[in-house]
Amino acid sequence: MNKKADLLKHYLIQNAVPILFIAVSAFAIPISQFSGTYLVQEMLVRLSRNSFLVLSLLIPIMAGMGLNFGMVLGAMAGQIGLIFMSDWSVVGVPGVILAAIISTPLAIALGWLCGTILNLAKGREMVTSFILGFFMNGVYQLVVLYGFGSVVPMTNPAMVLSRGFGIRNVTNLEGIRKCLDNLMPLNILGIDIPLATFLIIGLFCLFVLWFRGTKLGQDMRAVGQDMKVAGDAGIPVERTRLIAIIISTVLACYGQIIFLQNIGTMNTYNSHEQAGMFAIASLLVGGASVSRASIFNVFLGVVLFHLMFVVSPMAGKYLIGEAQLGEYFRVFVSYGIISLALVLHAWRRQKDRERARRSLRGAAGE
Amino acid sequence: MGGIRKFIENAGWPRIIIGLFLFSLFIIAPFVRVRIDASVSDTLVRFGMNGVMVLAMVPMIVSGCGLNFGLPLGIIAGLLGAVTSIEIGIPGIPGVLIAMAISLPIAVVLGWGYGLLLNRVKGSEMMIATYVGFSSVAFMCIMWLVLPYKSSNMVWGYAGKGLRTTIAVEGFWHQAISDIGSFSIGQFFYVPTGMFLFFALLCGFMWVFMRTRTGTAMTTVGSNPEYARASGVNIDRMRTLSVILSTVLGAIGIIVYQQSFGFVQLYMGPFYMAFPAVSAILIGGASVHRASILNVIIGTFLFQGILTMTPSVINSMIQTDMSEVIRIIVSNGMILYALTRTVKVKP
Repeated sequence: MNKKADLLKHYLIQNAVPILFIAVSAFAIPISQFSGTYLVQEMLVRLSRNSFLVLSLLIPIMAGMGLNFGMVLGAMAGQIGLIFMSDWSVVGVPGVILAAIISTPLAIALGWLCGTILNLAKGREMVTSFILGFFMNGVYQLVVLYGFGSVVPMTNPAMVLSRGFGIRNVTNLEGIRKCLDNLMPLNILGIDIPLATFLIIGLFCLFVLWFRGTKLGQDMRAVGQDMKVAGDAGIPVERTRLIAIIISTVLACYGQIIFLQNIGTMNTYNSHEQAGMFAIASLLVGGASVSRASIFNVFLGVVLFHLMFVVSPMAGKYLIGEAQLGEYFRVFVSYGIISLALVLHAWRRQKDRERARRSLRGAAGE
Repeated sequence: MGGIRKFIENAGWPRIIIGLFLFSLFIIAPFVRVRIDASVSDTLVRFGMNGVMVLAMVPMIVSGCGLNFGLPLGIIAGLLGAVTSIEIGIPGIPGVLIAMAISLPIAVVLGWGYGLLLNRVKGSEMMIATYVGFSSVAFMCIMWLVLPYKSSNMVWGYAGKGLRTTIAVEGFWHQAISDIGSFSIGQFFYVPTGMFLFFALLCGFMWVFMRTRTGTAMTTVGSNPEYARASGVNIDRMRTLSVILSTVLGAIGIIVYQQSFGFVQLYMGPFYMAFPAVSAILIGGASVHRASILNVIIGTFLFQGILTMTPSVINSMIQTDMSEVIRIIVSNGMILYALTRTVKVKP
């Protein structure tokens, strides 16, 4: 009877978040008085900087493990690689590659740890990986703040705190700053395009597409659909989930290295925390849900989220005369969007479950 | 021997390890010239400060809503009450009571909405609660700037509007509850009797409530929803009620905390406040589905004891402040343990 209305409602709920964001941006861009060129340039920079981190979230979603808040573990691994790299004063692209080589085994180990723990907490992966992020943050601080320079030898005294051990709050990455972005410089109409970074991101997108078709990728989707059925069909469920998390962690580690080579400095004790939250918020803004995400969602999300990120402080300033307000608004939106997406997903799941139960009851009644 | 094994089984390894750790800290303390009486007194004060917020975990755990990571919502209600009370400017016990009276209806309304929300997302309450807490704190950051408070004790001096990040309650109701019947032994040992009495009162209420008809129904909803449904209990209503109760206790809890601490912390202050409370009750032996008043008392004591003792003792031992790192690892490790354990028990 009202199937059409239902379908429209379904579509709107499905895409509520991006629609909301486009509406807010359409309202805020004129107010902020930024020029088009500036915004395009800024979006390109942010796409090259953040896409890889966001892409690393795709594979656990495929395996039905929800948003991998444990990606901060990968970011930590990447940062440890960068610390060693700048300690040994390796610069340029070799530096980036060296950092990646150092951090890969670390990321694999952390991913294995994360996957094992998440296998113990099936059905509540997200909250567990979230807390695991906090927990490992403590371990990271223990290692970097107390272990580096005392247990782990450091050659460059400029990086170490004056007390003799522990890395300084800010690690200078001037040696590798934008080395990847400027590897293949391209300038169109006064807009710089970091071609090399985009090539890496493109390659990775191809990898995801290819991976979906492989046996392992198919297994992951089966596990994501229904763990029990997949297990009965002979798929090693726990192992598949473990691999999904390891891949995600390693990619997040590379993502963080790409991110930080663009920024050029590293907040030794904060960079990784922000990485997780912004990546997840971006993905959700792009219209992904906890159980379904595509490459398109990633790019749309990064653009929309960062558009708001750039625009809202200025919009707040011109609208109410207080930049601080826009700043808080930004924080509120990033958390609000994650809440909204989580609620919508859980609500939909519960409704589906109820509908399934009702249909069962109906069949029994007939 | 069997008795010991049974005790270990009942208490659980993490709790024993943490208990032993705390015990050893107290033993070491005199040798590294940390005053034991001052440490014990600090532990007691912190115990009283945080107890009510830990108690706020109980209703939601019992009704099956999981760990209340959304505690900041209750805290916000309490902050609104506190700030309004300071604006009114009545000092002493009446000031605290006014703060509580104002925050109570706000907490009920917020808790009611929060409860309705959680009823729609059964199964993923904890993740959503976390983000409800985060986003409400972020939302209130905007509100603290905009709300029309005028008292010169609270707003930024030069702008004349927008609340400050920390507001001193000195001169209003600093230690108003703590000082009821409080006493000091010597220079360093202070017992906030009033705060303990207040905490005991709330614990008593909770204990009685859990044994009323409604309380039993709530426990049933948490432990066996199907059975509860069969016996005619309205599951959603019980869950909403438990969330309201949790939120109200959170609001009262933060007021008790502030009157002892001496400052109201606004903006990002309440952001992570749920985590210490959650890990405290877990250290006390609660699980994601089961909690008692005893868990609250033991857990708060152990957790706050470690928080008080590690900075002073470890500092004097190795001349480095590792307390922050230890706090992060212990509290989150505890939550992690609880999250992974319950699933393992019932495969």
